[in-house]
Order: sequence, then structure tokens, then C-alpha cells
Amino acid sequence: MKSAVIVFPGSNCDRDVQVALRQSMGGEPKMVWHGEASIPEVDLIVVPGGFSYGDYLRSGAMAAHSPVVRDVVAKARKGVPVLGICNGFQILTEAGLLPGVLMANAGLKFVCRDVYLSVEATDTVFTGAYEKGQVIRIPVAHHDGNYFADADTLKRLRDEDRIAFRYVDADGGRANGANPNGSIDDIAGVLGDRRTVLGMMPHPERLADPILGGTDGRPLFDGLVAALAS
Amino acid sequence: MKATVHVTLKNGVLDPQGKAVQHALASLGFDGVNGVRQGKFIELELSETDPARARESLEAMCQKLLANTVIEDYSIEVK
Repeated sequence: MKSAVIVFPGSNCDRDVQVALRQSMGGEPKMVWHGEASIPEVDLIVVPGGFSYGDYLRSGAMAAHSPVVRDVVAKARKGVPVLGICNGFQILTEAGLLPGVLMANAGLKFVCRDVYLSVEATDTVFTGAYEKGQVIRIPVAHHDGNYFADADTLKRLRDEDRIAFRYVDADGGRANGANPNGSIDDIAGVLGDRRTVLGMMPHPERLADPILGGTDGRPLFDGLVAALAS
Repeated sequence: MKATVHVTLKNGVLDPQGKAVQHALASLGFDGVNGVRQGKFIELELSETDPARARESLEAMCQKLLANTVIEDYSIEVK
């Protein structure tokens, strides 16, 4: 499998993604600087977390208009899988590849802790290595993770089974306090209409190695390799 | 020519920052503040001299970058 990780000024989770991909792929992902107008032919594009352009104007707003993202959009439209993590999710909504928007956390605080997610959609290249309804522990670290979509969009996401992850408590229940940012319907991750684009606020790359205290994020990368390596 | 753009949250979108400002004003002793909503003010210096063309251009700027039209409204003023 060949993969590319996009790096913006202000990205800071690109190397963690590189390590996680390298571990699962057994090869090196290509790190692509935002100034490049074209991404090489790859099986997977990852837009990592961080503070691209300092979150100026709105998180992900400026990055969404960079030349490299124009190519991300073009390749996504041709069916190349795209994974957006945290700031990457924000960029994908601003670029129009995913519906909705990520607003400031309802509690107004930057939240940095482990959360529990229920894996709701497993028929995708990203989540094929999880069981439907599986509860996994993954860290979040964000100030603007409050996912919002209008009623029509939300209905469409539900009807088309495009809510990939929801915040739950350790037992998989939808409790008070499970949702770290107030996102609508406890949404933590969303799929594009062809299920080949995934945006998620939590950081699977941060819990993919026992030395980090957990490995619930590893199956996401292993699953991608299993699905995309020819 | 100068232009200004106000970007505000759409009605019905929760504004916790506005609420936080409201609470802070109350604790500072300012009574009677029944609601606060916070937005952005952007000033632009344009080389365009025709107001109609400037407005058209600004509309496109707002749609494309300055506002996220999923949750924000905008208003344009051309001097």
C-alpha cells in the first residue's frame, strides 16, 4: 500500500501518523508539503491533526484552499480513500469533502483526554478491522471538535449509515459526560457519500502502540492496509 | 476602496463564547444584559473602484473563505 500524509505549517500530528502507518504498512508513507500542487499516486491520503495556519479565521479554513488540498479533493472525487484526523477533519469539512462543520467545544475548554468510541460503521476501508458496536478507547485533543450539521444533513447521515463513530461511555452507553465537546448526536466521525472519505476528531495514531498505553487505534491502520494493499 | 464584512453565527446556532461574555459582564456588575452573541469584523482594502463589482467580489470572498455558510451569516458594506 502506498500512502501520503499532508503536512501544513502548523500540523503537528503528521509524524505520529507516519509512525502508525509505517508500523502497519511495513513501508514509508510519503510526507507531502502543503505547497506541492500534486500528490503522488497513492492508495490512501491522510490529512493529520494540528493547527494548520494557526487555526487563523477558522480551523482548517485556510488549509482547505491550499493547492495540495485541491489535489486531495480531485483524488477523493476519483475514489482515493482520504482520512482526516482532528484538524484534518476540520479541513475536509471546509473543503466540502464532508458535510457539516466543527465548532468550538461547548464547554469552551481544550479537551485532552481518552474517550470511548462506539464503532458504528464497519463496512469501510477504515473500520473493517473493528466489530460493529465495538467500544474502543482513543485520545482526543481539541478545542473545536463540536460537530454540527443541520437537520436535513443529520437525517441523511443517519439514513445512509455515515456516522462512523460516536462518543460513548466505557460500557458503550450514551451517558452524560461521554461526549467531550457537545457534538450533535455524539458524533465523533463522519463518512463521505461514497464511504471513501472519513473525518474523525479522535486520534487513532496516538494509541496504536503498547508503549503509548493502548492499541485500540492500531486496527484502523491495519484495516486500511488489509483493504488497500494489492 | 474600503470594505467591511461582519460575520455572525446564524440564529439558532449555539454561541458558548457569547454566553461566557454575558456571564462575565454580569459578574462585573453590568445588569440587564440579556444576551450576547459574538462575531467577526473584517476590514478590506480593495483596489477595485466600482462599488457593484467590489460587492460581487466580496460576496464570492464571503462564500468561499470569510464565512462558513453552514453556521455563519455575513453582511457586506462598501464605502
